[in-house]
Amino acid sequence: MDGTGHRIAALTAREAGLVGCQHCTRVSPMGTRTCTRCGGSLESRDRTSMQRVWAWWLVGLMAYIPANLYPMLLTRTVGQVQDATIVGGVIELAHHGAYGVAGIVFFASVIIPVGKFIAIAYLATIVRRPHGHKPGQLLHLYEVVEWIGRWSMIDVFVVAILAALVQFNLLATINPGVAAVCFALSVVFTMLAAMSFDSRRIWDQIRQTSDESPA
Amino acid sequence: MAPSEDLVCCPVCDALHEIHGVTDGKRLRCVRCNTVIAVDRPEAIVRIVVLASTSLVLMFIVIFFPFLELRNGVFDSRASVFETAMAFNRGVMAPLAIAVTLFVIVLPVSRLVCFIWALGPLSFDRPPLPGAAFTLRLAETLRPWAMAEIFMIGVAVALVKLGDLATLAMGPAFWSFAAIVFITALQDTQLSKYSIWTALDTASRR
Ligand SMILES: [Zn+2]
Ligand SMILES: [Zn+2]
Repeated sequence: MDGTGHRIAALTAREAGLVGCQHCTRVSPMGTRTCTRCGGSLESRDRTSMQRVWAWWLVGLMAYIPANLYPMLLTRTVGQVQDATIVGGVIELAHHGAYGVAGIVFFASVIIPVGKFIAIAYLATIVRRPHGHKPGQLLHLYEVVEWIGRWSMIDVFVVAILAALVQFNLLATINPGVAAVCFALSVVFTMLAAMSFDSRRIWDQIRQTSDESPA
Repeated sequence: MAPSEDLVCCPVCDALHEIHGVTDGKRLRCVRCNTVIAVDRPEAIVRIVVLASTSLVLMFIVIFFPFLELRNGVFDSRASVFETAMAFNRGVMAPLAIAVTLFVIVLPVSRLVCFIWALGPLSFDRPPLPGAAFTLRLAETLRPWAMAEIFMIGVAVALVKLGDLATLAMGPAFWSFAAIVFITALQDTQLSKYSIWTALDTASRR
């Protein structure tokens, strides 16, 4: 360890009869509602956390389905209207030989959202009961999910930029489709689902089955 | 156990740690989850304020100057971030216009203003302004919702998509935006919750 902090045998603030502030790290006596230092609200363990995780997860999934079925981009060239869904847009990019960019869009719009739904459901299920998983690995998974989620917005911004640039000329018009709204909502909802998850729960259940293994 | 100023909790896993003044340049990591709890870098506050002020100035260029220009002989089209956000302002797409404006302009700017408000006076050895604690907490909350750097990648993808339709050129705003993304990434590495809040505490007592 490269600090001068003193380990108190992995005692949590909760077990010491204290409530810790997640905004500024100050501890207060159990039962305190707002932090004396930063004014943030205190809760030893967020009791409604899991309900909120599942609620956001579900609406996120509900928005993600139409986002894939309806067109993301409507291109009008002289007398011709072309629709492109999320996956359709990726295929089109690949046809143009832009494999790298097609890969980025595919990753951001398909792999990340799907992976996120699976990972959040997995985490929320696992921490309910005593489990034998290494808490360090679960935390890594959670941190990746929390960090990467916002990058899904790429495709929404691409649609916005294309629509703004190719709007006022006669040769072609590009307009955003319904899927752009659905997809943006889906990203926001899954971000909220990930944020509602209380990371402190990862450690709470581990100790009931096995001795805490170092992360 | 009685709460004291030397006792801190890990914001990620709730493990308690005792801090007896973190020494120069050292970092204190959580024993359980390895999260950095405290970094001792006295110059970090000044650095955050300088970086935030620079980004704020650049942000004005970004919003009102074109960041992409499209040319193909027949027509000329240019778009500023402002125009991009406004591209959806009709009918069902209005919510998208609001979302893009929020994520790319409003929230990144608010976050910068929050930082300057909360930490600016501290870098001049002045007592903090009223509401400093609130704005600092707000800046932290806004962090995941400020998506300027994601917009940049969007610009790059749009360039490729339009590549064979017309010639594209980067406008001045594009380069300002690139600078902001870089500065923000640098700024976030300077942050440690414990250290910033302790600095704010110390300044309030003066
Ligand atoms: Zn606090
Ligand atoms: Zn920890």
